[in-house]
Amino acid sequence: MITIDSLSKRYGANTVVDNITFTAHAGRVTGFLGPNGAGKSTSMRMMVGLTSPTSGTTTIRGRRFADLPSPGLEVGVMLDASAQHAGRTGREILTIAQWTMGLPGRRVTEMLDLVSLSESEANRRVGNYSLGMRQRLGLATALIGDPAVLILDEPANGLDPAGIRWMRDLLRGHADRGGTVLLSSHLLSEIEIIADDIVMIGNGRIVSQGSKAELLQAAGTVVRAADLFALKRALDNAGLRSTVSDDGALRTDADLTLVGRIALDARVALTELRTVDGGLEEMFLELTADTQREGKAA
Amino acid sequence: MTTITIDPVDDQRTETHQVPVSRVVRVELRKMFDTRSGFWLMASIVISALLTMVATVAFAPDAQLTYYNFAKAIGFPMTVVLPMIAILSITGEWSQRTGLTTFTLVPHRNRIVYAKTISSVAVAVASMLFAFVVGAIGNLIGATVAGTELVWDLSLAEAGNIVLGSLLCLLTGTMLGMLIRSSAGALVAYFVYSLLLPTVFGFLAASQGWFRDLQPWVDLNHAEGALFSGTLTGEQWANVAVTTAVWLVLPAVAGLRMVMRSEVK
Repeated sequence: MITIDSLSKRYGANTVVDNITFTAHAGRVTGFLGPNGAGKSTSMRMMVGLTSPTSGTTTIRGRRFADLPSPGLEVGVMLDASAQHAGRTGREILTIAQWTMGLPGRRVTEMLDLVSLSESEANRRVGNYSLGMRQRLGLATALIGDPAVLILDEPANGLDPAGIRWMRDLLRGHADRGGTVLLSSHLLSEIEIIADDIVMIGNGRIVSQGSKAELLQAAGTVVRAADLFALKRALDNAGLRSTVSDDGALRTDADLTLVGRIALDARVALTELRTVDGGLEEMFLELTADTQREGKAA
Repeated sequence: MTTITIDPVDDQRTETHQVPVSRVVRVELRKMFDTRSGFWLMASIVISALLTMVATVAFAPDAQLTYYNFAKAIGFPMTVVLPMIAILSITGEWSQRTGLTTFTLVPHRNRIVYAKTISSVAVAVASMLFAFVVGAIGNLIGATVAGTELVWDLSLAEAGNIVLGSLLCLLTGTMLGMLIRSSAGALVAYFVYSLLLPTVFGFLAASQGWFRDLQPWVDLNHAEGALFSGTLTGEQWANVAVTTAVWLVLPAVAGLRMVMRSEVK
């Protein structure tokens, strides 16, 4: 469990992180979502004591990071997979972490297997690694101490589709075993697939947070019926505003359950009932519109 | 929110022990050797010691083929290489950005700095012992080749002074590494410290009468130089103490504060 309480960071007059408060719970994957420069990385650096906050606190399982006796055994951290000495081999980097945490030597081989780095790849210098390989090595370093909490900054960066799927399963499994996972991304689709809870940040402020189900629901419902007119009338009668889209579906802000119930009561046979496609994306673009470099997205 | 407010798994915490400094020292020693540049930096100590030994046998006048001269000659290149090792050990965490991992595995940065200092000193002491051994071999070879008498003229006190002088050079590197935290910047600063400053002080002493008496109290290199040329008088020890306090200890304290506070990106 990671608890962030009123965390702020100012550089002179520039506020990078502005009074953010949220909790990443055990057993869940929390997605930290925001456009570039929103303050995600700075927040994560403050969680692990690399940057000192201007105000506010962060605790991990109730303790400040600096008070953890052997942080590597409790918190797996990967902030930047490229932040490694290019002259060391992958195996050497893992061995350094293994020594520091006082773990048995077999953990290095176990981790290399886990992240699918081959024997020959492990013995190559990291300077020759692709970004995807560095991400795998970074994950291996974060996981070697078998920590309950994971803090990962853009872990999917540079991974191929198979790699992204593998990482998703890995993090899902970690949360299902009761671990806490906090991962950041500027890629909405990534977060949408993997996260249980989502914290959206723009310009240093939290613009929205909640479970993925809640946030998805807030985006509205798409519904189709053979008799579209009857359905529209039923919704109108229930006082729900709906619009007919070009492809002959109805769209309404009401949630799935309510729309389904109304259709049942009106005895209208539905052909489709679902939340709005890319609902989170629209919300993400909308919520961060004034903080995005591109301005309001169409 | 549908999330639970208490996370029961958090209660199953297994108590972990703090990472002991001895373990961090072992890790930091390993990190000094495990890159190509680190390896060759270490190798350069061995190579330069052997080359200096050969050069001394080949070019030094017969009268100077004594153990003291060998030890001094072989120790000299080390006073150049050792500070670089100390500097890179610290600045690498920032320049190579390995600090992101190092300082999250051991969040108390002063422990990392102590470990780095201890491992640098260990490397320096081992290097000096190696220099004394190579010097002894050189002395034997020199005496045999030149047909001169074997002269073992290095007292324990003098040997200790040479080691102390080398350690002060090394720790200057440690201090600059903490203060500047960038490999290139700290290396340049070291050469300003060890080459430019002594030249300026030497010029001042030569041209300004008032500075001549002051120089031993102001010029670190001048004071340290005494350590490499035999035994010291009480006043010379005072010179070493004063210049070390001003040029090494004070900036090191400031550097440590900066290491503790600086942002690791």
